[in-house]
Amino acid sequence: MEKTANPITLQVEFTTDTKGQPSNVAFLTTWLCDHLMKDPRKEMFVLEGSVRPGVLVLINDADWELEGEEKYELQSGDEIVFVSTLHGG
Amino acid sequence: MDDLTEASNHIHTLRAQIAATETQLGTLKLQLQQAEHPSLPPTTEPLSPPQTGIPAEWTNATLPALQENVQRDIAQRLRQERGLEDAPTIQAASQRRRWPLATHEYSRYGRQLIMPEIGLRGQLHLKNARVLIVGLGGLGCPAAAYLAGAGVGTLGLVDGDTVEESNLHRQLAHATARVGWNKAESAKAYLSSLNGNVRYDVYKCHLRPESAVEYFGDYDVVLDCTDHPTSRYLISDACVLAGKPLVSASALKTEGQLIVLNNPPAPPGDATGGPCYRCIFPKPPPAASVLSCGEGGILGPVVGVMGVLQALEAIKIITAAKPMATDDPVKPTMLMFSAYSNPQFRSVRMRARRAGCAICSSEATLTAQSLTSGSLDYVAFCGAQASVDIVAPEQRVSATTFSRLPMGDNGVLIDVRDETQFGICALRESVNVPWTGSAERWVQSARDVGVDFEDGRQMFTVCRFGNDSQLAARAITETLPSTINGASAKNVRVKHIEGGFEAWRKEVDPTWPDY
Ligand SMILES: [Zn+2]
Repeated sequence: MEKTANPITLQVEFTTDTKGQPSNVAFLTTWLCDHLMKDPRKEMFVLEGSVRPGVLVLINDADWELEGEEKYELQSGDEIVFVSTLHGG
Repeated sequence: MDDLTEASNHIHTLRAQIAATETQLGTLKLQLQQAEHPSLPPTTEPLSPPQTGIPAEWTNATLPALQENVQRDIAQRLRQERGLEDAPTIQAASQRRRWPLATHEYSRYGRQLIMPEIGLRGQLHLKNARVLIVGLGGLGCPAAAYLAGAGVGTLGLVDGDTVEESNLHRQLAHATARVGWNKAESAKAYLSSLNGNVRYDVYKCHLRPESAVEYFGDYDVVLDCTDHPTSRYLISDACVLAGKPLVSASALKTEGQLIVLNNPPAPPGDATGGPCYRCIFPKPPPAASVLSCGEGGILGPVVGVMGVLQALEAIKIITAAKPMATDDPVKPTMLMFSAYSNPQFRSVRMRARRAGCAICSSEATLTAQSLTSGSLDYVAFCGAQASVDIVAPEQRVSATTFSRLPMGDNGVLIDVRDETQFGICALRESVNVPWTGSAERWVQSARDVGVDFEDGRQMFTVCRFGNDSQLAARAITETLPSTINGASAKNVRVKHIEGGFEAWRKEVDPTWPDY
């Protein structure tokens, strides 16, 4: 998965899901926020429990809204990309 | 016998070619005369029909098939308006009747004309097209150049900003000699020399909600080449209300994004239309997350690529063989460009229109009235980025005062800009500890490079504009008491330099690089 700009690519393996939580995109987002995000400004990534406005979530090259958004169940080999929208010109 | 026929055919062909060339020469001479003496009435040409080698039935056959496309000959109307062409002469009239494009247009656009994607039909569509470019910066300059080059009939150029020196590395339609000019005006100067057959409508102002829909109504396609969410929402809303397709692009640092919106342009509530900007981004990003090219940086070719792609998408829309069929499901995609990634391009599938979209759905709450009345405040909607003002007055020092302080053993200056900026220019004896957003981590990084917060010396923090330096100063005062064993907060003295290096350049050292 990547979070651009300054793409960071990570391979994440989930063996079994912990505490019976579904291993969906919502779980992945929280997990990333808790384990990998160094910037303390969590609101730059997650706001009110979901990915903040201005960050596009792509599931295998499709807007996550086409795939069920945060309820999408992760499959083996899925590519999840977090992209900041750009505004400069 | 065969030889004789062949020779006779050859003679006939040569005669035809000579006649055609002479006709062309006559037209060129006339054009030259008109160009050299635009005020003079055209020379009277012989009234007899020009002699050509082309049979009359061929001449007449080309026209009906093209009739629908020559209804609006914008370029010709313009030449007449400018006095470059008066009442058409019989010869010119017959030329035009026979060929839908002017002689020089076949030569100018020949390389794209011979492509099946364009062809004569596509070129005529371009010639009749009116494209509005909002923003003549890094995106708008290349987009406008390629559209002018391709022979778009009318280009509307909207920009209220003036050309600055820091624009020139990427905004190539401007020029060193035109620094200080309005950008739309400067772009027109460049574009006119590139292709004088295009009509350029210059709007030396920022787009306003009150007039946007009316402006857009005059054009066929709109290009969003602006640089802020505020204008992006406004342009998208106005495109939906005016029923125009929108080619939107953006760029920052080494990355770019491109999406064609409201294509096909259907009225609000019609789900067969393409999604709008609000369908994709119903809520604006937090103001603090919005980086401009001035803050984040931009590589010229990166934004250039995106602008050129906008021109390409506009050409595709204008020259499309047929309007998008309404029963075809819309398949919007966003193209992402990342200069230093592999692959550099990624095309992602995007959603269709959003059922509850505030502007393009059947439940739309925003109307043309919301815009024209000025009741829709786009700046408030996107939120203004508050300037940082968090440190106590006694923790501030002006650049002037700082410059008069003795340094050396008495104080420590921590420059919190990133390494790249520090590498461009830095004060001697300053220590570089880039601000990373986390107080604890930043304090630790400072310790790692040998900053001793406990030695009782006066600390100073500085950055580019005086925002991050406040965050760093606060990090020191708020983090240290809890991390230093036995040392009290009073022992740690820190001030930030107000206005950062920008103030330093203005107040103290005018040679300081203004990057
Ligand atoms: Zn919409």
